[in-house]
Amino acid sequence: MINENSDIILSVQNLHATVDGTEILKGINLEVKAGEIHAIMGLNGSGKSTFSKVLAGHPDYEVTAGQIIFKGQDIADLEPHDRATAGIFLAFQYPLAIPGVSNRDFLRVAFNAHRKAKGEEELDVFDFDDLIEEKLDVVKMDASFLDRSVNEGFSGGEKKRNEILQMALLEPTLAILDETDSGLDIDALKTVAGGVNQLANPTNAVVMITHYQRLLNYIVPDFVHVVADGRIITTGGKELAERLETEGYEDLLAAHQTEKQVEVAA
Amino acid sequence: MAIQVSNSDVTVMSKTQTSKPQAERQAYLNGLLATAQAAVPADLPFTTLRKQAAAIAQEHGFPDTRQEDWRFTNLAPMLSVSFQPSTVTPEVDAETLAAIALPEVTHRLVFVNGQFSASLSQLDALPEGLIVGNLAHLYSGTFTSKFDDCLGQSAGNHDVFASLNTVGFQDAAILWVPSNQVIAAPIQLVFLSIAGDGAATLSQPRCLVVAESGSAITLVEDFYGSDSKAHFTNSVTEIWVEDNAQVNHVRLQREGSGTFHIGKTAVTQGCDSRYTCTPITTGAQLSRHNLEVTQTGPQTETTLQGLSAIAGTQLADTHSIIAFNHPHGTANQRHKCIVDDRAHAVFNGKMWVPRNAQQTNASQLNRNLLLSDKGRIDTKPELDIVADNVKCAHGATISQLDADEVFYLQSRGISGEQAQQLLIYGFAMEIIDAIPLPSLRETLTQVITAWTR
Repeated sequence: MINENSDIILSVQNLHATVDGTEILKGINLEVKAGEIHAIMGLNGSGKSTFSKVLAGHPDYEVTAGQIIFKGQDIADLEPHDRATAGIFLAFQYPLAIPGVSNRDFLRVAFNAHRKAKGEEELDVFDFDDLIEEKLDVVKMDASFLDRSVNEGFSGGEKKRNEILQMALLEPTLAILDETDSGLDIDALKTVAGGVNQLANPTNAVVMITHYQRLLNYIVPDFVHVVADGRIITTGGKELAERLETEGYEDLLAAHQTEKQVEVAA
Repeated sequence: MAIQVSNSDVTVMSKTQTSKPQAERQAYLNGLLATAQAAVPADLPFTTLRKQAAAIAQEHGFPDTRQEDWRFTNLAPMLSVSFQPSTVTPEVDAETLAAIALPEVTHRLVFVNGQFSASLSQLDALPEGLIVGNLAHLYSGTFTSKFDDCLGQSAGNHDVFASLNTVGFQDAAILWVPSNQVIAAPIQLVFLSIAGDGAATLSQPRCLVVAESGSAITLVEDFYGSDSKAHFTNSVTEIWVEDNAQVNHVRLQREGSGTFHIGKTAVTQGCDSRYTCTPITTGAQLSRHNLEVTQTGPQTETTLQGLSAIAGTQLADTHSIIAFNHPHGTANQRHKCIVDDRAHAVFNGKMWVPRNAQQTNASQLNRNLLLSDKGRIDTKPELDIVADNVKCAHGATISQLDADEVFYLQSRGISGEQAQQLLIYGFAMEIIDAIPLPSLRETLTQVITAWTR
């Protein structure tokens, strides 16, 4: 939902980032306002997943230039957990399994870390159980999920639903969904998308990173950005995604290449 | 298969492992044997048994690192300490009593430095026929020959330290479960190590458990101490699991930081019996647990699930042997180690599957979590298979905390330090969760949660 007067949640300016000395992001600019849903699309290796990890503060990536301003604050020096408690949530493309730690304990520790950061009192086991059982409805999960080890032995769909459950619990201002749709059958996709739609509201924002237009039928974006070679090369509305679906990336990338050459020539 | 992971200091370590001359080790062993013999009480002579044991100890000699079985565990630091049996019964402080208290337990035997303490033990309302007590008190009358048939007779009872214990044990914990009795409440056997004011102390706890056919029992063996002074605990526990009986055994080694702990658990399993051992090691400066299971009938089930969590300069060595000799045996072993600072964990697990042991189904896994650059792990899972129709698997892994797992937890607002704690906790919980006493699970969970890096 686009509202010109909404607060700016995320402002990324000329972001450059490297991993092991190789530059992956080469000047990303993006502005996300409250209430908006953005989709970031692009081919494999274009830098979209790297962008999500840089936003969340993955230690393997080094920001070499540019700024990430989140709710008015430059977050360059914030640790990943401080970014999380400030309101940034990354739904992982490949959520990790944590054997021996029950989902319930993990969720409670995470939730209480957020409470603590806000100066609120931590919830005890019983109050937390009431809260989490409510949230299970968002992703239509059975309570038995809570007593299994985090993501251990979960199917692809279960892992992604578990990510959205965490999002429902932590109520982030900015949710970044990294290929949350990949590997999901249509029923699981609908459940996951339904959960995201239920959580999106005028005070928060969603950035979806995806390969496929399919997801965008269920979570309708306000903006679609196409990333190639570490930069956003074009931005449009949801019709851009539809065009990509029918025409593919080739024409768009070719046009971009030509533009670049013209720039160089000039 | 042998895997050795170590740090840059490995050369330094191997230099300090030079063995003392054999004559010195022999003299030291003779001293220990003489000390042990001098401590034998008049009413528990076991003359023949003790004499044979002395001969076995002499034959083996005091171990050094040139022996394959002691390659990674250097006992040289013991040689400079002269251990003496404690002559007085030391006071047990309230802190210790609180640490050993387990609310699920209604029957408890407590030994202080190998000597029975009636006042600390708790033995009210024993079920009919169940015997829980100390040997010195029980060794009389018609029961005597039953003890003679079992005590010191286990197959896995014949190395130098088990023999040293047999030579000099002063009393023993006895737990005898009559046939077809199922004892619901766990029984606790506590062996306290308390260093006196004088010389370094030697204690030789001894324990005999007999679960007659069709019986079932849960046993918590607790080796506890909090002293940083030098102490030597040399224990032997013999467990007879007769036909179709079941023993669930939790073994806690949480001795003081000055303690040398060498413990033998010798288990004999009859036909259709089930034995589960959960050894948890967090204490002592140097410890060795020799866990030996011998199968004397077909279709036995053996589950060993251990955890060693060590830091500082601790060394924890677990040597296990499962000796099959009959068809349809099942063994499932998992042993986990958490190693921090300059600590050193050793695991050696043998499974013998001779020709008679057809249709054996055995698996063994040793998993290690190395938390520091200076820690060291030596692991050697071993299968010795002669039978041709068996299913056996073994493996060992050594890993560090996974940076991606830490990031995943951090991305949910959990601090880096707390994320590491949670991962260590998860690693340990697989073993701790198997302990049948909620209060003990709680205590150990706290120990692991407090593990700071």
